[in-house]
Amino acid sequence: MARGRTLNAAAVAAGAAPAAWLAWRAAAGDLGANPIEAVEHATGGWALRFLLAALAVTPLRRLGLPALAPLRRTLGLVAFVWVCAHFLTWSVVDNGLDWAAIGEDIVERPYVTVGFAAFVLLIPLAATSNRAAMRALGRRWVTLHRLVYPAALLAVVHFLWLVKKDMTEPLVYAAALGALLAARFVGRGKR
Amino acid sequence: MAPLIRIPRPGAAKESEATPRALYLRRRDFLGGALAGAALLVGCDGGAESRTDEAARPDEVTPRKDATSYNNFYEFGTNKTDPAENAHTLRPRPWTVAVEGECAKPGTLGIEDVLAAFPRQERVYRLRCVEAWSMVIPWLGFPLGDLLKRFEPTSKAKYVQLETLWDTEQMPLTRKPTLDWPYREGLRIDEAMHPLAILATGMYGEELPNQNGAPLRLVVPWKYGFKSGKSIVKIRFTEQQPYTTWNASAPDEYGFYANVNPDVDHPRWSQRRERRIGELAKRPTLPFNGYGDEVASLYAGMDLAKLF
Repeated sequence: MARGRTLNAAAVAAGAAPAAWLAWRAAAGDLGANPIEAVEHATGGWALRFLLAALAVTPLRRLGLPALAPLRRTLGLVAFVWVCAHFLTWSVVDNGLDWAAIGEDIVERPYVTVGFAAFVLLIPLAATSNRAAMRALGRRWVTLHRLVYPAALLAVVHFLWLVKKDMTEPLVYAAALGALLAARFVGRGKR
Repeated sequence: MAPLIRIPRPGAAKESEATPRALYLRRRDFLGGALAGAALLVGCDGGAESRTDEAARPDEVTPRKDATSYNNFYEFGTNKTDPAENAHTLRPRPWTVAVEGECAKPGTLGIEDVLAAFPRQERVYRLRCVEAWSMVIPWLGFPLGDLLKRFEPTSKAKYVQLETLWDTEQMPLTRKPTLDWPYREGLRIDEAMHPLAILATGMYGEELPNQNGAPLRLVVPWKYGFKSGKSIVKIRFTEQQPYTTWNASAPDEYGFYANVNPDVDHPRWSQRRERRIGELAKRPTLPFNGYGDEVASLYAGMDLAKLF
């Protein structure tokens, strides 16, 4: 469907735009005194925003925008790419692939534990986001992809636990996630 | 703005001379753990022995731009870049510091009196934040103990509390209870009297920028940065361990002592390593931020895992 393709192209462009902006700022030396932290925060923020955008597709579809349906997979994959960028910035750039330190952080730092769990939960979803996997999994595909809810919840908790004081920003995400989940249950009758 | 008061001593290093090659090559001698600034001041002839620690990497002074644009000063916002953007509303003149509590001669000092009374020295110190990043900053200041002694603390003065300005007009964001204002920090009296603990009024050869705690701030280089309160207006000698803001806010995360300790993790950050601002690979964190030779004796017999 041509309209679906246009929508998807727009979603991919929207997903790539912040990366271009980030690369531009990095090249201009505009990422501040702690550029690694700046990239970690930026990649994490975009991962969360695109994940919430993907979760918004179904409620919007039910609210009379069925044309948005093809966006769900695209936005989900865009979110996953940002999650990977976030994870790689942390593990490769920030921690220099020091596996002992990385493992210790995952085990001992609760905010890292939940963030890592969210990442792990999203891997099978990204891996099965194609028609062949959908056909092979049948009804189990839907069950499997419900993992996106705990993943989104863990991602928001990851942010909440990371902040020292002033929870405003993570609470905005928590509220957005809450609203999207509520919209899902409210709109359930209409398929 | 008051003129910069510097009382040059023979052999004192100017900021402009901070990194000539001869000094640079011997940097570990005076940055490796000893009285860093003092070593500079006495012309590097009395510096401590180099650390043999394999972990010790050279301590380059952090670019001024980074040290003045990446700050924790919650009165001006909770993002690191907020203070540099917002602290222009702080008025560092006129300024007075009230000294009270368990002392024979309580009173107040104007900032001009402070600058006139206590000759400033340059001290190049590592600064280690509890968030696992660090910098190296050339402060201009004088020992906190020199000021404290002037007020003749009594035998009951077991602790010192230092209080940051709380003025909702100069600090509009403090209308919100982000922390329990005013920001208060404290030291045991022997810590406060230690020659490494200084009150700084300048950095990088200039007056302190507002976001770094103008016009007068504490610098305790062997403790996490949050112990070093900014823009101080009150100093109180107390008999009991005083209220300290972060400790009260989250006692399991921030201790009263808050000595830099790689073996005691913060629940959210490992303290074993740190990112020196401007460097890619993390470096190992040193006990007491590398000032153990000077200060470890203050804590003899204490269980520092419990009294973190």
